[in-house]
Amino acid sequence: MSFIRPNIRHPQLPVNDIGFTRADYEGALSTLCAGCGHDSISASILQSCFELSIEPHKIAKMSGIGCSSKTPAYFLGNSHGFNSVHGRMPSVATGANMANRDLVYIGVSGDGDTASIGMGQFAHVVRRNLNMVYIVMNNGCYGLTKGQDSATADKGSASKKGVPNPYSSIDLCETAIQLGAGFVARSFSGDKEQLIPLIKAAVSHRGFALIDVVSPCVTFNNTPKSTKSYDHVREHMNATGTFDFVPLKDEITTQYEPGKTEEITLHDGSAIRLHKASENLDFSSPRSAMNEIEKYKEKGEVLTGLLYLNPQTPDTHELLGTTSKPLNSLSDKELCPGSDVLKSINSSFQ
Amino acid sequence: MRKIEAVNDFVIKFANINGTGSASANNMFAKSIFRSGVPVSPKNIFPSNIQGLPTWFEVRINDKGYMGRRGGVDFMVATNGQTMKQDYDEVLPGGYFLYDNTKPLPPIYQRTDINLIGIPLTDICIKEYRDPRQRQLFKNIIYVGALSYLLDIEFNVFQELVQDQFKGKEKLITPNIHALELGYRYAKENYTETCAIKVEKRDLTKGKILVDGNTGSALGAIYAGATVAGWYPITPSTSVVDAFEKYCKRLRIDPSSGMNNFAIIQAEDELAAMGMVLGASWNGARAFTATSGPGVSLMAEFLGLAYFAEIPGVLIDVQRTGPSTGMPTRTQQSDVLPAAYASHGDTKHICLYPANPKDCFEMSHQAFELTEYLQTPIIILSDLDLGMNDNISDEFEWHDDTLMNRGKVLSEDELENMSERWGRYLDLDDEGIGYRTIPGTHPTKGSYFTRGSSHDEYAAYTESSEAYVRSMKRLEKKWETAKSMVPAPVGHKAKKKANIGAIFYGTSTDASLEALDQAANDDVHINGLQIKAFPFNNDVKQFIDDHDYVFMIEQNRDGQMKSLLVNELQIDPNKIVSILNYDGMPITASFIVDQLNNVLDQAKVTPLQAEQG
Ligand SMILES: Cc1ncc(C[n+]2csc(CCOP(=O)(O)OP(=O)(O)O)c2C)c(N)n1
Ligand code: SF4
Ligand SMILES: [Mg+2]
Repeated sequence: MSFIRPNIRHPQLPVNDIGFTRADYEGALSTLCAGCGHDSISASILQSCFELSIEPHKIAKMSGIGCSSKTPAYFLGNSHGFNSVHGRMPSVATGANMANRDLVYIGVSGDGDTASIGMGQFAHVVRRNLNMVYIVMNNGCYGLTKGQDSATADKGSASKKGVPNPYSSIDLCETAIQLGAGFVARSFSGDKEQLIPLIKAAVSHRGFALIDVVSPCVTFNNTPKSTKSYDHVREHMNATGTFDFVPLKDEITTQYEPGKTEEITLHDGSAIRLHKASENLDFSSPRSAMNEIEKYKEKGEVLTGLLYLNPQTPDTHELLGTTSKPLNSLSDKELCPGSDVLKSINSSFQ
Repeated sequence: MRKIEAVNDFVIKFANINGTGSASANNMFAKSIFRSGVPVSPKNIFPSNIQGLPTWFEVRINDKGYMGRRGGVDFMVATNGQTMKQDYDEVLPGGYFLYDNTKPLPPIYQRTDINLIGIPLTDICIKEYRDPRQRQLFKNIIYVGALSYLLDIEFNVFQELVQDQFKGKEKLITPNIHALELGYRYAKENYTETCAIKVEKRDLTKGKILVDGNTGSALGAIYAGATVAGWYPITPSTSVVDAFEKYCKRLRIDPSSGMNNFAIIQAEDELAAMGMVLGASWNGARAFTATSGPGVSLMAEFLGLAYFAEIPGVLIDVQRTGPSTGMPTRTQQSDVLPAAYASHGDTKHICLYPANPKDCFEMSHQAFELTEYLQTPIIILSDLDLGMNDNISDEFEWHDDTLMNRGKVLSEDELENMSERWGRYLDLDDEGIGYRTIPGTHPTKGSYFTRGSSHDEYAAYTESSEAYVRSMKRLEKKWETAKSMVPAPVGHKAKKKANIGAIFYGTSTDASLEALDQAANDDVHINGLQIKAFPFNNDVKQFIDDHDYVFMIEQNRDGQMKSLLVNELQIDPNKIVSILNYDGMPITASFIVDQLNNVLDQAKVTPLQAEQG
């Protein structure tokens, strides 16, 4: 089924390849605090989908509970959204994806939603390699319940309350790599240049794609002693490199310096072209990725950008052997075995 | 010595050790009765353990068709040394005790009022077989062979059963038949006139099947078009999904690609299982999960979301003995209240109460129709007794003109041609049910944000008290709509006019009906009502109003269904007297009759006299 955009209201606005304007990807007005990192991420998601020319109704937005999980109301207003319960978005996304494998699933969660109450579901959706983009808006605290430390708060980091966090932190990227995710990246809400191509690549990746986005909470965790504040992240951010997303149709022409540039073709034929900052990082090696992440951590730095990529991992449907048609489109005839079969089933019980 | 004499009306119990292969031999025995045309009701009483603990298989044979548990044992097959004394003591006076007499019975076995049938099972096996595993397995088959002689069950029934059972593994047929013969011959040579209990061929199982309820539930889901199942293993519900998978692999493979027209995911826990169901149902697939009490507790939050955001989903709760882990392999009807009101806030859920495998099949199908029409979860409350035991049932039926009714779902064309503004939660038909859309249907119309936070008719977030109250009231209206759609209760009118009523549901039904018949024999006439669903429709209220005195027969300690009736129908609690069995074993007719009589005596209730009727 393909749809022609009926009428364009603002002929002067730029349209994407399928005739939609950027406004067609907008959502309701955000009610988050002014300056909240989450709003910038929303804008990047919106921009990525616009640029990727995905029909808005072919996207499903999934979220849990939290300030971060509210954001799907503020982007892609023409897409269906499901704001589920705290920490359980992965299972709802799993069911939705089982019903219709043809939609693009963008999950949005918080660090509380993912790394505490939802840690179990997060781990398992990664293991199953569900075909979805999973964005964590990571502010190191529980914004919506007024700033308690979350499990991703770095040890020693202090929020507005001023008490340094005594516990070890969970690194969601390392967890995801360890559990077999095919696409793992870290970014910063304030770095659209990096985030937008990452989201685009994540959408094009088939299988589970995690982007852990540090996203400062201006109200509760933007203090000088917080490692998730704007200033701290800006000062300590180190990218694994820069990154272009090359859609399928674009011909690759430019030549790059060998060794530092790597091109990886994704399952849908599009490609990402990386200009690595360090030759030490091998994106296809979980061990190398973990090593680099830890190396930077030791220095008190945050490594951002693409961290790990394996475009060839089978997703949940492949693992299950599900038919290529969306299950929600199967007809009575395809699903109901009929009365004759039931007669023979009955006789097997006699 | 007195001998229990019976034709087609007795209870035989097998005492075994689990993990020794007794289950298939015992099932073969039960099926031989079924194939002799005589109604049979086998019940497995098994431990929460994989190997080495006592397990029993209690079979009631009754050609009047009473299939509830009877209680009392006429014939014991004792093969478990650990429980032998207890099994010996349980035999009714005049009954029979079949045991392995390779070793003599110890001196404490002093009863003189029962008939001993010693068969040297171990000895025979040692002589016949060298492999220890075979010695173990064939011991079971040998006692079945002996029963064929002792109870007069035609031997060729067993021959056919063995042939059916080992279709494709023909090598196993001859040794099994040989083992049956060994037992048969030994009994014939040594116990010619011993046993006065007989099975006589009848024609009473035509059009019937012998199947467990969980298989019925699974097949119902397949016929209803369910494609997605998310689940987490728990006794006694696991076999629902096992059966679903088994039949999907046979019936749901896409013929051209060989791929699966279904997706079954073993979730990380029951929360995730329910989340998967809601995600899939929201996205337009028919989806279900199966669990038991502990899982229902975990699913509560999601059930509330589904109630408030109006998302379909089917939950099959195969109840077991609670609270907590309770007795995982024993039965109970103790999730009635937790299921009806699962989750915080003002929530209630539609519940269906199957009483036999055919109900399981039909209610499973019905649940999908109801959940999609009413846009609210449906909970089917089966239990271990029904779910895991083979039950005699009418054959499953299907009419090929039955099509899925997806309820109020807007198609692409309907959205395209819509003139007014669509609102997900607008009640256009005065039924309390809005029109929903499935993601991906239309490029510009029909998208909305599903949420468990308060929302208005257009699915927009709201903290307006008025909007909140409007949606809660509309959900109440939907509840009213549901009353006319759920299965109606079934009345069982006494033969004579009665001022006493008895209400029961699910697996309490068979024993209750038998108890009412027994009471009628003593000239106590009681009208029966089998509840099939919550919310209760008006017939239930009417039934209670029409009687001076009402018994509520159920299998839990707290009288949960009574509470539900009292609460929902505003009934005077004193009018309903509970008869409660909650020891984990299926309720028996004799227990019910005793309780009935006690209560009636104490309360000095005078049943209407026969002449008044
Ligand atoms: C079961 C449950 N427990 C607690 C809450 C309260 N709660 C709402 S949001 C939240 C934390 C959100 O933190 P995070 O996911 O990091 O999102 P943020 O607000 O920081 O974006 C909590 C604890 C809830 N909604 N549900
Ligand atoms: S509380 Fe923090 S996370 Fe929530 S909206 Fe405000 S700034 Fe953002
Ligand atoms: Mg947070």
